[in-house]
Amino acid sequence: MSNALKDLLFKMADDALVIGHRNSEWTGIGPMLEEDLAFSSMAQDKIGHAQALYKILNEVLGEADADTLAFKREEKQFKCCQFVEQPIGEYDFSIVRQFLFDHAELIRYDMLTQSSFQPLAQLAKKVKGEIKYHVMHADSFVKQLGNGTEESKARLQSSLNYAWHLALGIFEKSEFENELISKNIFAGEDELKKRWLEKTTPIIEAANLKVPATDESKIIYGGRKGFHSEYLKPLLDEMCEVVRTDIDAEW
Amino acid sequence: MYGSTNLSEEDAKRMNTTVEDPEKLEAFESRIARGEKIEPQDWMPVEYRKQLIRMIEQHAHSEIVGALPEGTWITRAPNFRRKLALIAKVQDEIGHGQLLYSAAETLGKTREEMLNDLLSGKSKYSNVFNYPANTWADIAVIGFLVDGAAIVNQVINSKGSYGPYCRALERICYEESFHLKQGHDNVVYLATGTKHQRAILQDAINRWYIPLLHFFGPPDKMSAHSEKLMKWKVKLASNDDMRNQFLDQYVPKIWELDITFPDPNLKKNNDGFWEFSDPDWNEFKRVINGGGPCNAERIAVRKFAEEAGRWVRQALMNPTEKYVAPLA
Repeated sequence: MSNALKDLLFKMADDALVIGHRNSEWTGIGPMLEEDLAFSSMAQDKIGHAQALYKILNEVLGEADADTLAFKREEKQFKCCQFVEQPIGEYDFSIVRQFLFDHAELIRYDMLTQSSFQPLAQLAKKVKGEIKYHVMHADSFVKQLGNGTEESKARLQSSLNYAWHLALGIFEKSEFENELISKNIFAGEDELKKRWLEKTTPIIEAANLKVPATDESKIIYGGRKGFHSEYLKPLLDEMCEVVRTDIDAEW
Repeated sequence: MYGSTNLSEEDAKRMNTTVEDPEKLEAFESRIARGEKIEPQDWMPVEYRKQLIRMIEQHAHSEIVGALPEGTWITRAPNFRRKLALIAKVQDEIGHGQLLYSAAETLGKTREEMLNDLLSGKSKYSNVFNYPANTWADIAVIGFLVDGAAIVNQVINSKGSYGPYCRALERICYEESFHLKQGHDNVVYLATGTKHQRAILQDAINRWYIPLLHFFGPPDKMSAHSEKLMKWKVKLASNDDMRNQFLDQYVPKIWELDITFPDPNLKKNNDGFWEFSDPDWNEFKRVINGGGPCNAERIAVRKFAEEAGRWVRQALMNPTEKYVAPLA
């Protein structure tokens, strides 16, 4: 059971760490100060979630401490989906990614409040309350920009089309999927994806945008098994730049 | 992070020639003398309004430009604790900018006008942000000493006469005191760490020493004076006094860690005043006028943000926009 748990926790923690890193890149360059502040807040929350998940891995499942797990693993050991690795791009991509990703996060944590693995169920209750606000932020901007100018509508639709098959990669299953479900740890990626589609579709429509058609063959998988886009390695190199200047130092 | 009270020579000249209604002026000045705050709807002299806008605007610009050199280190911060503290800190700085633009708007200039003046170079920001943050130790030094210098300046200015600015500064100082703690903690870790950590800290202190002396503006003997700004409680302490207060509070804390400043003449005299080698004030002027190592880069980043984000702002201003109910 502990391998299945570790796999689940690593993928969730790595997702949170990497999207938090991307969100933090908006600090100082947002389209308005209020958005700098919003992305910065969300970055803090996400990085905090990553830390909390690594802590469970450390304290309950015998892995190394949170800093070691985040700053001293190889790219291949990361289990994040390729969606979160993508550069921030322009604001339209970042807000669409935030919308698609955070809806999945909110539902995932909601499902996990029922988990038979108590440390995760407890954490999920707390995290859910924070992600609720991330989702409100995304929904509000997607609706306003979708109903805004011709340019904003076109940009959002184009980013949504581009992001769609990357976003579906969130739900990539691992070899432990059946074990997680049968042991009531997590109700599974298929269930999550179903609820995610039910939740996001009406909002996309309310934003006057079209839900892109899904082509199963185009979904970007791989991240959960350690196969990453060309963007993860440079991101990790940057994240570990200071640590690597003096690997034994305490910072 | 910083509000400059230095007057240009032209401004100083105009301060003394603008004619105001003597009765209103007298009432205004006696309110200030009694320690009352001036509020946005109150009568105020033209030059009072103008100097306050200039000062608060520069302060706001300094906050958002100041977020840039530190912001680039968020993604490189070496552990969770430092990373979370740094994001929170830089977010605070942006928040201070937002707060200060709002305070300046109460005097009649919009945020958009202020940002345009920043990009065109008409409006300035603190010189200290035109220097690069080369290593992680720069983040420690900025967090401890640049924020420390800013607190000296801001605590003094929070005793000023304009209500909205004072209230903004009180909140800002409260948050800055947290920045100072994380900066100090970071400095102590480096100073008591490995050989490499001590070396990058010493190197950072060597590079930030002159910009820190410059931070408070030219010496009193070189500055354009305005008795009026003092009387109106827009300027509350002289550049030399603020600089001295800063040196007094912070130099011993660095020396304690067995780290030095690159100035053999730096010492406290028996009269309580700090002595130091006069920094090159031509360099100060050159940087203010755009010739510093990072002026072009800082403005280019702000321009990029303004231009890349324009479509978002336009879409949100779209008159066809439906009423959006408050989120929470």
